[in-house]
Amino acid sequence: MSKRNWAILVAVVLVATFGWLLYGGLDKNVVFFLTPKELLAKGDAGYDVPVRLGGLVKPGTVQWDEKTLHLQFEVTDDTSTVLVHETGAPPQMFQPGMGVVIEGKYGRDGVFEATNLMVKHSNEYHPPKPGEKPEEMYKTLIKGSTP
Amino acid sequence: MTTAAPTVEAPRPARWPVFGAVSLAALVATQVFSFLTSPPDQNMGQLEKILYVHVPAAWVMFVCFAIVLVYSLRFLWKGREDDDLLAAAAAEVGAIFNGLTLVLGMIWGKPAWGVWWVWDARLTSTLVLFLVFVGYLALRAFVEDPQRRGQWSAAVGILGALNVPIVWMSVTWWRTLHQMPSSMRSMAKIYWVGMFANFGAFLLVMAYFIRRRYDAACTVRAAEHASQAAALGGLD
Repeated sequence: MSKRNWAILVAVVLVATFGWLLYGGLDKNVVFFLTPKELLAKGDAGYDVPVRLGGLVKPGTVQWDEKTLHLQFEVTDDTSTVLVHETGAPPQMFQPGMGVVIEGKYGRDGVFEATNLMVKHSNEYHPPKPGEKPEEMYKTLIKGSTP
Repeated sequence: MTTAAPTVEAPRPARWPVFGAVSLAALVATQVFSFLTSPPDQNMGQLEKILYVHVPAAWVMFVCFAIVLVYSLRFLWKGREDDDLLAAAAAEVGAIFNGLTLVLGMIWGKPAWGVWWVWDARLTSTLVLFLVFVGYLALRAFVEDPQRRGQWSAAVGILGALNVPIVWMSVTWWRTLHQMPSSMRSMAKIYWVGMFANFGAFLLVMAYFIRRRYDAACTVRAAEHASQAAALGGLD
């Protein structure tokens, strides 16, 4: 191996180590969304600023008005819940118990006004239980308040 | 010339077209198999079918970049030009599968998540990986001297490949919109079977692509060596 190649390899190792250290430092800061608990813990700083909120759609809280396109539901992380309001049709897979990430602002009236609603799918893949047909599953996706 | 530069030989004719046809047939077969055998997912319905292209594409991209890592290191160690050419072929094929992973992921993301793209850690790191290897390929076009080109490429190739574990672990290390890797428990067996069958077929296609690109590169280099030798005073 030539001297030059050694130099290249050493340089690569150095840059890589440095890069890994940088990545390591990011560890806790790179957060795509806040949980309801974290948002509420921010207190005053959490109001009226654009944030992403993520959690599960609390079963039994979904209210969907097809005519006015008003969608309201609670997002929970098991310890805290935040009430979310959106105008517009939810994504196909939106349903009670599903993971969601919502972009918007938390208002002082205690309602998180969503500008964008995303579904966060879990890593679970299972065929429907016996008796359930996929067509029926689609129907139940946005049924409303009954989970 | 006193010190003969290590030359690259033109590839001998082989039955690679047959291998290519078999790989393609295997891919079609595994796709049909997974489409016919997999039931719709309880949440996604038929959307789960994209598992059989998105995930294998991502895995094959990782394999390609692992090959880049190994042959780049070997090139720096031994200085043999053919190692550099193989690394470059793997980088090229890896970049293709990387792009495919991104595009298929977006096509999946729109119906499943409701968005084509988000800047979460998994998507961003995968895009960075793609850009590094596009840069790698651009770099090769700019450096004329084969040894220099090999050295620079190896440096970028190794750094790019070190990004692979970051992409892989991104969903575990950081909070992302992209879900964590599925496990044997979180995914029904039939989906795993389809995914691994398609991964096998994707690997064959990958091997075929890399081999043909490598052969083409060897042919070009052998021709360059020959014309240089001719310019320097006739062929021996």
